[in-house]
Amino acid sequence: MTLVAAGVLVATACSAGGGTTQANTGANDTTPVTITFWHGFSSPHEIASVDAVLAKFHQKYPYITVKSVPGQTDDKVNQAIRGGTAPDVDASFNANNVGGWCSSGAFEDLTADIAADHVDMSQIPKAVQSYTAFGGKRCTMPWLADTFGLYYNKKLFAAAGITSPPKTMTELAADAKKLTTFNADGSIKTAGFMPYLGAYQMLTEHLVTSWGGSWLKADGTSNVGADPAFAAAMTWQKNLVDWFGEAKLAKFKAGMPDEFSAQNSFETGNLAMMVDGEWRTAFIKNDKSTVDYATAPMPAADTKPQLYGSGYVGGNVIGIPRGAKHPDAAWKLVKFLTTDTDAVTSLADAIGNVPTTLAALDSPSLTLSKDPQFATFLEVFKNPLTSTTPASADGGAYLTNYGLFATKWQTGQIADLQAGLKAVDKQNNAALSLGQ
Amino acid sequence: MTTLPLVAPALRTRRRRNRLRVLLYLSPGLVGFAVFLIYPLAMTVWLSFTNSNMFSPAQFVGLRNYRFMLDSDPQLWQAVRNTGWLVVIMVPAQVLFALGVAMVTARLKAGAGLFRTLFYLPALAPPVAATVAFVCLFNPASGPVNHLLGLFGIQGPLWFDSPTWSKPALTLLSLWGSGTVMVIFLAALLDVPAEQYEAAELDGANPWQRFRYVTLPAISPVVLFASVTGVIAALQYFTQAVVAANVANGSIQAAPGYPDGSTMTFPEELYTAGFNQFHAGYACAMAVVLFVVAMACTLVLLRRASGYDPQHTQESPL
Repeated sequence: MTLVAAGVLVATACSAGGGTTQANTGANDTTPVTITFWHGFSSPHEIASVDAVLAKFHQKYPYITVKSVPGQTDDKVNQAIRGGTAPDVDASFNANNVGGWCSSGAFEDLTADIAADHVDMSQIPKAVQSYTAFGGKRCTMPWLADTFGLYYNKKLFAAAGITSPPKTMTELAADAKKLTTFNADGSIKTAGFMPYLGAYQMLTEHLVTSWGGSWLKADGTSNVGADPAFAAAMTWQKNLVDWFGEAKLAKFKAGMPDEFSAQNSFETGNLAMMVDGEWRTAFIKNDKSTVDYATAPMPAADTKPQLYGSGYVGGNVIGIPRGAKHPDAAWKLVKFLTTDTDAVTSLADAIGNVPTTLAALDSPSLTLSKDPQFATFLEVFKNPLTSTTPASADGGAYLTNYGLFATKWQTGQIADLQAGLKAVDKQNNAALSLGQ
Repeated sequence: MTTLPLVAPALRTRRRRNRLRVLLYLSPGLVGFAVFLIYPLAMTVWLSFTNSNMFSPAQFVGLRNYRFMLDSDPQLWQAVRNTGWLVVIMVPAQVLFALGVAMVTARLKAGAGLFRTLFYLPALAPPVAATVAFVCLFNPASGPVNHLLGLFGIQGPLWFDSPTWSKPALTLLSLWGSGTVMVIFLAALLDVPAEQYEAAELDGANPWQRFRYVTLPAISPVVLFASVTGVIAALQYFTQAVVAANVANGSIQAAPGYPDGSTMTFPEELYTAGFNQFHAGYACAMAVVLFVVAMACTLVLLRRASGYDPQHTQESPL
């Protein structure tokens, strides 16, 4: 079955349409047209928010009608491109696919359109520009972003006598130990911080940012063995894991309820500090959680104090798949959704994500900026040292490979850290060469 | 072929027409077979020798994908071991459990219908829903299973959160959902002629001997069917492993094969390569290997079964 299924998918690949590289600047063409727009939002309030912005677009371009299709996935759009039935515009939650889409030509290169319409790309922060393009091709634009920082429980901080959030990773580890309490049987009752990779948003990419780790070299090959940031981050993490006891952490993690539920361990007070995205502020409100919390940038490595205030950023992307029937109108929609300040701020406000242009970030109509807990993330986002995971042609396989290594590392299966990181480099590069 | 010239020309024409008519009647099926089976199969084999990403034109790369599979894929051997574990442990467990339940319910005098329905019901649950429910039941902190074990003073394991227990937990899930196999066994058991049991009893056969020399030979085609389909299903095990990993991890960004790659199966590795990492050529190479292994397992099982002579064993020691 698997073979047949793969074969059918492959067979349909042959009918995918050809790409265009010229600017789609049909500015004067006002012939009525209906375009299809796929996006991943699925909850009723999100769909309503997107539709409200699309209504504004229709007001500005009355001759363009947008048929919005919610709840779409990357797998589906990939299949539609291969089958020649792609929508005119597609938005994705997963920036990891940008490298594959740009290098394979699955999404149109928007560079010519951007130049023809004089779109000011300096309005988009550097890190955001980097995850929405690949190999000199800008095949997607950013459509809202996710920024990561530290959430901490003020009540537990006060009880432990801690007066301010940690600024260095050493302080974070010390605070985590102070804030941790154990049950009579030795199991963890309240974790000061959860250093176990894979627990909620405690992912390597969110951790090594504090050391300024650079995942790939300029030529796209793996850099984790050569960049000392990775060994330093993993050592810090393992020390804290060992302080807790790996088995105890595994048990505590197993008992952590679903991340996106009202029982989230931070929201219930079982986790005193955690790394998370800006969206948590809205979840805490919607879940009616009583947690007394505040937010701060993630602490920086002791050796990299200049990084304090920056953080990890990732986000939604939007582009024109190959085979779009109306690329001119499609580009107008992409440009409107990603650069029109009112469109960007109103959707950011409605969904609770970070807007992706500097004009929208500074717009007085952005009500999110009035929430001090959310404002932390806007500041982190604007920080010039804020970074991201770079796009790669194989959809971020380097992160998957690293995740496997990190799991083995934290459970004590890797004796030689540096040799392990070098082995990850080898795996990443071998995987990358598969597509060449 | 000396008989051919002796056939009258009219008869030959009629035969040819007959053959054409048969082909005409078969053509919808043959076209479907060619388009949806032969063509994809051939394309998969061809693409396994290319660097296809399913978007840009593919280039021939020889055996590179197969070499990568043997040398460089960091997860492959763990995925092979996991899938192997499922074939060697989960399938026999499922067949034995389904057979055991079928034998018990076949003998029940009262409430047989109720028990058969109860054991069959889980098979009706969609795999995703069943897996989600099962992982929640086995949650080490809040699930009722460990709570129940605790009442007997037993410290329950971490189940789907433990690399040691995740595959046994998946096996329990498969036992719970083995109602379909159980029903097939039940039908076969009820078909065994009662006289054979009577004759065996008169010859002094004990219950084990009656099972070994009467029941087993009679139902052996069904055991073979359950084993072959079970092995093929285990080689393609995907949905439950993916869902269990995601639900147990409690995060939308679950690492594949959570925990510690212990639930990463070969088809999951194939899917990740083909659909998430744009390595369609490599995924096709994995699909070809999977196909060959499934075919080999099926042939071995069928061969062993054909060497098994129920007549002979029935006659032997008694």
